[in-house]
Order: sequence, then C-alpha cells, then structure tokens
Amino acid sequence: MLKYDLVVIGGGPAGLAAALKAKELGVDKILILERSTTLGGILRQCIHTGFGLHHFGEELSGPEYAYRFIKDVEKTDIEIKVDTMVTDILTGNTVIATNNVDGLMEIQATAIILAMGCRERPRGALEIPGSRASGIMTAGTAQKYVNIEGYMPGKKIVILGSGDIGLIMARRMTLEGAKVEMVCELMPYSGGLTRNIVQCLDDLNIPLKLSCTVIQTHGIERLEGVTIANVDENRKPIPGTEQYIECDTLMLSVGLIPENELTRNAGIMIDPITGGAIVDENRQTSRPGIFACGNVLQVHDLVDYVTQESYTAGEGAAKYIQTKAKNRRPKYIPVCPEGGARYVVPQNISSDADSDVKLYFRVRDVYKNGRITVTNGDTVLYSKKKPKLTPGEMEYVTVKVEDIKKLDKKLPIIVKVEG
Amino acid sequence: MKKDMICISCPLGCPLSVEMDESGKVLSVSGNSCKRGEQYAIDECTNPVRMLTTTIRVHGGALPMIPVKTSAPIPKGKMMECMQVINRMALDAPIRMGEVIICNICDTGVDIIATNEL
Repeated sequence: MLKYDLVVIGGGPAGLAAALKAKELGVDKILILERSTTLGGILRQCIHTGFGLHHFGEELSGPEYAYRFIKDVEKTDIEIKVDTMVTDILTGNTVIATNNVDGLMEIQATAIILAMGCRERPRGALEIPGSRASGIMTAGTAQKYVNIEGYMPGKKIVILGSGDIGLIMARRMTLEGAKVEMVCELMPYSGGLTRNIVQCLDDLNIPLKLSCTVIQTHGIERLEGVTIANVDENRKPIPGTEQYIECDTLMLSVGLIPENELTRNAGIMIDPITGGAIVDENRQTSRPGIFACGNVLQVHDLVDYVTQESYTAGEGAAKYIQTKAKNRRPKYIPVCPEGGARYVVPQNISSDADSDVKLYFRVRDVYKNGRITVTNGDTVLYSKKKPKLTPGEMEYVTVKVEDIKKLDKKLPIIVKVEG
Repeated sequence: MKKDMICISCPLGCPLSVEMDESGKVLSVSGNSCKRGEQYAIDECTNPVRMLTTTIRVHGGALPMIPVKTSAPIPKGKMMECMQVINRMALDAPIRMGEVIICNICDTGVDIIATNEL
C-alpha cells in the first residue's frame, strides 16, 4: 500500500493551489491524482483572457494561469500521477485509484483534498423534445473541439443559456467564421458576467433573447433547426410565440454541476443547494481529514476565488496533518442563508476559529440596493447595502475573528439578503 | 448622434448614454455613477480596443493547436482582419510560452504571442 500525508484528487486550478499551499506549510509527502493526460483542468481550453485580475493583478488567459501553478508544482517534490482515475474513498482515508502503469492502487492518506471540479448540465437534463441528431452539445464540449482539437463543430449556431461559457463560445465561433444566430436565456436576466455580454454578444451584434427557450429540435441525422418560444413568469412556453430558427448546431450553456460521485460514495454530507460538500471554515467536510475546494465545492465565476478557496483548504489540511487533529471534533456554529441568500459556504464555523472567516454566498434574484446582514441572535455582525446583487456574481462578507469569539454558540449565524 | 452601452468597469453595469457630434467627438456622458464610467464611455466611442485570443495549428506537437493572444488590446474593428492573417498560419513544435508568433500584426503595433508551450 502507498502512503502519503496528503492526496489531492484533481489537478486543475483547485488541486494545484491546494497542494502548493500544503507544501509551502511543510507537508511532506503530497500526491496529486489527475484523470486527464495533463494538469491544468478546464483552464487548458479557456484560451480567452480575464483570469488572474485578483490573484496576479494582471489579465491572463486560462492556459497562462494554469501554467504558473504547474511550473510552481514542478519546482517542488509534489508527486503527480496523470491518466489516473480515482474510483473510491474507503474508511480510514484510503484512496482507490487506477491507471495503465501502476494498475490498481490502494493509497493510504492522512488527509485528502477533493478538487474534482464540475461538469456541464447535459441535454438529457433539459428534456427538449427532438431526436438525437448530431450537432447538439454543451458549450464546453464545443470549446474543447475548437480550442484543443482544432475543428469547427458547426456553421450556423443557436446557443441556449447565457452562462459565461456560452457567451465566450458565441464570440469564439463568430471569430472562426460561424454565424451565431442568437443566445436564448430562460430567465429574465443573463447568468453571465456583464463584461461577457458586452464583449461577446454586443460587440458582434449577436442577439440575446431573455425569457426565451428552445422547445423542439429538428433533424434526424444532423440538427436542421430549433423551435424557440418565449416563456411566462413560471418559465412555461407561451403558445403563439413559437419561432423556427434554422441552425446546424445547438450549444447548451445551462449550468454546472459539481462532480461529487466520489464524495457521495464516501458518505460525505452534501449541501442540496450547492451540490457540493458541507464544509467548515477550513473547508473540511463531514468526514475528518477530507477537505474540498474549487468547483467541486461550489461553482465559482472567477478562478481567482477558486485559488483563494484552495489555499484555505490546503492550509486546513496542513493543520490537520501537523497537529494530528484527528480526534478533535470542533464545536460547530451553523451558518444559514435567509431571504434572498440562496446558500452560504462554509456551512459551519468552528467556535474556536482563530482567524477571520469569509462567508461566500449567491443571491436568488437580481437586487438593486439590496441589504446584506449577518446576525447571531440579536447581535448584528455585518450590515451593508450593495447597489447591485445578481445570481451570476458570487458575493462574500467577512466575519472578524474577535466577533467569532463573542458568538452565542447555541445560535446559528444567519446571512440574510433583502431587496 | 446618441449611443447607448453598458459600462463594464465594475459589476454594477450602469447603462450609459453618450452624446456625440458629427465628427464623433464625445459631448456628454450620462447614466454613469462614477468617473470610470465616463472614461469607459469616451474610450468606447473614440477608440474601442479588445484583446484577441485564438488558436493556431501546430505540426509535430502533442496537441494540434496552440493558444495565442495579442500582446496588448487591438482596435475592435481590426479583429476580423487579424483573424484572417492568423488563420493562414501553421507552426512547427516546439513552441515556448510567450513566444512571439506574429510581429506587429496588421500594423497594429501589437504582437501575437503563444499562451502555452507545446
């Protein structure tokens, strides 16, 4: 059996940053397990710029952002196994993994960091009527075809969903000579960043149709067109608004799902809203010694925040390994969302937390001049108005360590957003 | 002449309205809630620039494409012209990170550089 102090599952931005932080803090034997042939995760195909503004203070492309972390990892003695699939996490933090070189491996870890990222919601989850014609794919799949493999998936394109990947692909396909007919968004607002709406759609005169969805695909062998329709406030198609749009490709950018099969099998508690593990301020899950960070924990809009969160998890894992805090069960104060706040990460704060804790959350709806309050019983820990809050942009508030010390430990911390 | 746009200087996304004269000179900006919004509107009306990112075909590498970007933002109107030049290219591996692939593309004074190694 192989033995490591820390096993990191996933070699994308989250796994790389978490491993580097743990190494920096003196963790000895670290192993990164990566399913793909190379490190870097989804950043490899995100060739557009906009990464690193917060973390590096400059605007990098995805491959450049990943490159910096990969080079930093290469300078250390962190071990890496690529083309390696983790199949199970057993009791006692034993990781079962397999690849072509080592065969089936049983790896004993003191701590584990889950950094498996997320995947796109597929067509099957939308139940759009129509046959299984070719030319219907997720935006991320199309991005891989164009940017990594170097071929165009189609010429006349409709994009369903205005998530950032969809918007980025609208521009990418147009630059490569395709005609992007429109982007349809079910909701009355876009799920993407304003910058992407402006630079990927407005710049190229691509219409964004809000409160609109695809209700039927046409074509048997290859997609020939789609029928779109406007939807009412209950997101139901409005009869009489149907319109046929000729196209050979339908790209879906309709949400990301944290990839938590391993987590669930390991019996780790999952937050039904985030789809990721329930964690404390160190990003430790309900299983001692198992931590989670990045898109497997909650879907982020900015990789910079993934890096930040992964440093926190790396630090938490290092502390766990070095203090052998295995039997220490911290007393948790739950953190609960209320009103317009949809979820909060972390879901628990240790009553003896020894530094400030940032609470990350998303709102349900668009709020102009919404008020964010954080309370514990009658004590107000934070209260501030923000000119604009949207579901597309993650927010955070900081709870000071001196305030945590004074908390009423029998009562939860409430994060509330009001319009 | 009036032009409407959304400010992208911060997540607020103020709807801006710009008044220009015949020559394209900006007369007034409204709808902005800060100074940066005004500057953004003026830049967008007088000289809008964008970063261009794309890929170039590579022979003899582990992968068939290398990602590239402009070394600085280029005029928005030159994007398609630059794409045509870039899409005529093919490279041979190895390629270093940050290597200049095309010097002064379309007389913009900006280079096309590799954003990965292959």
